[in-house]
Amino acid sequence: MDAWASTSFNRLSGEQSRLHKEEKPVDVTVQNVARSFGTTAALHGVSLDIRAGELIALLGPSGSGKTTLLRILAGLDVPTSGRVLFDGDDALGLTVQERNVGLVFQSYALFRHMTVLENVGFGLRVRPRARRPSRSEIKRRSLELLELVQLSGLEKRYPTQLSGGQRQRVAFARALAIQPRVLLLDEPFGALDAKVRRDLRRWLREIHDRTGHTTVFVTHDQEEALELADRVVVLNNGKIEQVGTPDEIYDEPNSPFVFSFIGESSVLPVHVRNGQVWLEDRPLDLPAGTLRDGPGQLFLRPHDVDVVSKARNGISGIVTTVRRHGGSRRFELEIDQGREHIEVELPESERSLQSSVAVLPRRWRIYQ
Amino acid sequence: MAGISGLALKRPSVIPGFGLAFGFALTYLGLIVLIPLGAMVVKAASLGLAGFWDIVTNPRTVAALRLSFVTSLIAAGINAVFGVVIAWVLVRYRFPAKRLLDAFVDLPFALPTAVAGIALTAIYAPNGWIGSWLAPLGIKVAYTPLGILIALVFIGLPFVVRTVQPVLEEFDREIEEAAATLGARRDQTIFRVVLPALIPAILTGFALALARAVGEYGSVIFIAGNIPYVSEIAPLLIVIRLEEFGYAEATAIGTAMLLISFGLLVFVHVVQAWRRRRFGND
Repeated sequence: MDAWASTSFNRLSGEQSRLHKEEKPVDVTVQNVARSFGTTAALHGVSLDIRAGELIALLGPSGSGKTTLLRILAGLDVPTSGRVLFDGDDALGLTVQERNVGLVFQSYALFRHMTVLENVGFGLRVRPRARRPSRSEIKRRSLELLELVQLSGLEKRYPTQLSGGQRQRVAFARALAIQPRVLLLDEPFGALDAKVRRDLRRWLREIHDRTGHTTVFVTHDQEEALELADRVVVLNNGKIEQVGTPDEIYDEPNSPFVFSFIGESSVLPVHVRNGQVWLEDRPLDLPAGTLRDGPGQLFLRPHDVDVVSKARNGISGIVTTVRRHGGSRRFELEIDQGREHIEVELPESERSLQSSVAVLPRRWRIYQ
Repeated sequence: MAGISGLALKRPSVIPGFGLAFGFALTYLGLIVLIPLGAMVVKAASLGLAGFWDIVTNPRTVAALRLSFVTSLIAAGINAVFGVVIAWVLVRYRFPAKRLLDAFVDLPFALPTAVAGIALTAIYAPNGWIGSWLAPLGIKVAYTPLGILIALVFIGLPFVVRTVQPVLEEFDREIEEAAATLGARRDQTIFRVVLPALIPAILTGFALALARAVGEYGSVIFIAGNIPYVSEIAPLLIVIRLEEFGYAEATAIGTAMLLISFGLLVFVHVVQAWRRRRFGND
């Protein structure tokens, strides 16, 4: 599967720049967009600047408002208040049809009674006569797009005769055919199995780099968002928690929600007193820096801990479980006679059940 | 190899009871459908081919058969169109008394068809509620083929509605949304995307409405006027022959109807099978 993701792009590059130069990528500005359904609010005044040509992920748990925001961008939903601008021009005044966005659904939403080629050409065929290319031109462009999505030779098939990954690539080609100003993807790989999903991720990144559309995709899969996006928007309960590059989001999560939603984490209740972090009645060798006195929550990641000698003030606990985790081992430590548990990754040597161990996080954050 | 020889009906299956269920279905169908129809065909066969042909090509028989099948086809066609419209309204819109309207659709099933025929006649007769409006325009409904058509539309209404409704309910809204984002206007979406997806259900409803209309008797005889060569349907002609003790003739006309109906239904099924092969099922 790796082969198709990389082979024919070089060959196609010239052709593609011709295909897509008619529309240059647009900036998308979201200003204080709120949406409520009856008394429940799905979005509370969200603001976001999406740069031209950017690949941006809307990441959040279900019910976070990410799909609502995407549907508002597409014109399939209308905000209760707020503005959406494409290149500085109001987009909310445009109907779905006029907005010219390419939308790809998790369910593919292909037209079952049309061949692959007819599906791809649909957006061109329904144009008003004045803007509609000739039949042969539609066919030529559709075939070109099928080559771009690596489905050449399957143009006469019907959607039911394709695999999930192939169907999703047809949906991409169909969305690209209308030369969209913005490409919107709603959980595009959600219905596919893990292997196909990883391949399609790399494929999408390459297609994006090739065609340069401003692309917004919705996902609840943080791994997908971090791997694929230029920037990640973390949403929770209809609000934006954090916007940043994958590194910023992962390394400097600015809220307990982001820390625990992105990557794996363990939490310990701590106290800050006199510039020192305390776990129960024992101080920890962690500089409190500018933290103010009072209770807080210490967040750490399982793979970001070191074993420390008993002489230092580490988090000491007893190993209660050992589990295989990919290439390493996960130890569950019981702290304070079982009041708290944390998960850590430790070197395999010497750790046996019930042995006592002290650890300190290399990276950590305290939220107060 | 034993499984491949013979009828290959017995395949290993995790669902037990195939033999029992299959046997039951076959016996039941035989008792309820095949034996009575077979008896009719056997009776008709006693006429010999020439005798059968004479009766079937008798001008009055031909006129009755033609009237029956032409009006049934038109009625099923009308029901296909308006059945889709009604199903659409019932599925897609919310309005007060929707459940009540939904229940109305089944009324033609519930009513004794003779009652329906009498009611329709009363309304469409030249002095009836609607008939008195149509009469000055020179349109006669009762006692003409037009009246037959109206009765057949009435009794066939539920079929298309009830076959299309569930399919439309299951239809993925995202497909319509995808069409809209691709620039398709609403009418383009309906005619190019939604309706093609409903065709199998519409065809099934059409076939059911057609079969029902061909066999309809009760409602038609009241409104038709039953003038030979003009508004006499084939089922009525069969009853007339029976009353004249012309049993062989009656079975011959019945057999002719059976053959034509069977041909039409096979045609619809072939179209369906072709569509399924082409577009798949899931």
